[in-house]
Amino acid sequence: MKFRANLYIGGAFFATAVIVGVLAPVIATHDPVFDANLMNAELPPGWEYPFGTDAQGRDIYSRVVHGARISLTVGLVAQCINSIIGVSLGLTAGYWGGWWDDLVSGLTNLMLAIPSLIFALAIMAILGPGLVSLLIALGLTSWSYSCRLARAQVLSLKSQGYVQAAKILGYSDLRIMFTQLLPNILGPLIVIATLGAGGSILAEAALSFLGLGIRPPYPSWGSMLSDAREQITTAPWLSIFPGLAIFITVLGLNLLGDGLRDILDPQSRERTS
Amino acid sequence: MAEADQTPLLAIDNLAVHYPIGGTFRGPRRVLKAVDGIALTVAPGECLGLVGESGCGKSTLAMTIMGLVPPTHGRIRIADQEISAAKKADHMHLARTVQMVFQDPYASLNPRQTVRRTLADPLRLHGIGNKTEVEHRVADIMAKVGLRPEQADRYPHEFSGGQRQRIGIARALILRPRLVLCDEPVSALDVSIRAQIINLLLELKDDLGLSYVMISHDLGVVEHVSDRVAVMYLGRIVERGGWREIFEDPRHPYTRALIAAIPDAFRRRAVAGQKARGEIPSALAPPPGCHFHTRCPLAADQCRSDVPLLEPVAPGHLAACHFRDRATSLHGELVEP
Repeated sequence: MKFRANLYIGGAFFATAVIVGVLAPVIATHDPVFDANLMNAELPPGWEYPFGTDAQGRDIYSRVVHGARISLTVGLVAQCINSIIGVSLGLTAGYWGGWWDDLVSGLTNLMLAIPSLIFALAIMAILGPGLVSLLIALGLTSWSYSCRLARAQVLSLKSQGYVQAAKILGYSDLRIMFTQLLPNILGPLIVIATLGAGGSILAEAALSFLGLGIRPPYPSWGSMLSDAREQITTAPWLSIFPGLAIFITVLGLNLLGDGLRDILDPQSRERTS
Repeated sequence: MAEADQTPLLAIDNLAVHYPIGGTFRGPRRVLKAVDGIALTVAPGECLGLVGESGCGKSTLAMTIMGLVPPTHGRIRIADQEISAAKKADHMHLARTVQMVFQDPYASLNPRQTVRRTLADPLRLHGIGNKTEVEHRVADIMAKVGLRPEQADRYPHEFSGGQRQRIGIARALILRPRLVLCDEPVSALDVSIRAQIINLLLELKDDLGLSYVMISHDLGVVEHVSDRVAVMYLGRIVERGGWREIFEDPRHPYTRALIAAIPDAFRRRAVAGQKARGEIPSALAPPPGCHFHTRCPLAADQCRSDVPLLEPVAPGHLAACHFRDRATSLHGELVEP
């Protein structure tokens, strides 16, 4: 097995983020929400507060650690919803064609034409702020990329001999989609999904900034970044650390996606015998 | 060797497949007659060679027989099943009677499935046998097509083109069909491998009592394997008969042009007047009368207005040419080296 740097480095970054999120209550040194003390406001990084403190005197390290829970949940769950919707629509539209393809393509173009953040805002406005409505809003608004990709790939694959052979052997449409088409289009879809997960983390930040995401005292990386905007010159550590957390997680996800695509492709695997 | 007395395994009757082209927003509405009134039979154990240039409708005909393209009119009877414009194919049932070997061995195998999975999945889908029987049948068919059992867990990219085509043949035979359509089974292979695959197909035909429809533009292959030959031009059959009649006494000028085009080191069959000139016309606007008159060395006024019918020149040998009886045999034109 050859060494796959992107898989291992990406996996390590992403695993770190996940472990930090899971162990947040254990490894946090302060309470992320209630340990506010204005006497300690905007302290630079030091022994007591390794990442410094924010404008309310809360420990940024503890807030970043706890923020991992919300940011990762939003990023992964929202992207899962996007991928499931996008792939099932794209796969069926590409394979069946006809009026269903026209409908799905029209809907995809509509979704691409409306900025997804505006659309998510509208959904949030109806559902009200909160984690669940955030997941729904982000999960329903950016499936168009995976949908387009899946459809385009299926269009190019469905005339391949092995898809026709499967039809001739009596495979049902669903079986062809799941056994013949999906495994062959999975690689690029995984890459798109990892990019999208990073995008969802950033979209959560934007919605939180507008007051429609995670309610303020609770930390998410995006909302911390938004709050730190005004102190970027006077207290840069307020934005550097949540920014680094997003950077490492998204980079890890992208590298991981790249590595997964490689091992999902049997042609890049070594011979078995 | 046509066994005319037997009930045919495949009977095609006045089959037509027309594709509407254009329509709303896509230019003027026209009709592409890919297959235009074809009648054919294949007897059990027989190999029918189907010959023609690209674009003559061979592949559409194959897709229609496989039930992937619905006929516009006419009907196809395969063993006990019928496909027509009104009656769609029952794929599960059809799959166990007729199967297909594809042209491109690189595109016709799923790159994400091992050979074992490619061969075993259809058996499971059709509920044939338990686990050990499935294993047994996979090993059996692999041995029959000349693959080693330990190769079953490999992926298609680990095989050469010839081996891949063997896997494709194994997949076509795993459900034990009675009729196999071979769509240019060797034209994508290296010349050195072709004979092996052709001989394998012939052996399997005798072993398993199969019938073949051998679709090819390579007359050399067709001459070698076919009992009977049908020549297609622009959606119609222009000549059909036993392979000996077709190759030794071709009556349609198109057949003669095809035979003249076979590269042959010893016999100079190519005579200038035999060659077809120019390109195959568009199937969207086929020439009136005989479709071949634009390229035919014998074309006369009659050919431009009257459609020649497929009529017998000898028992079992039919040609659709107004001058089918005027044609001289190729023997008279042989030039000995």
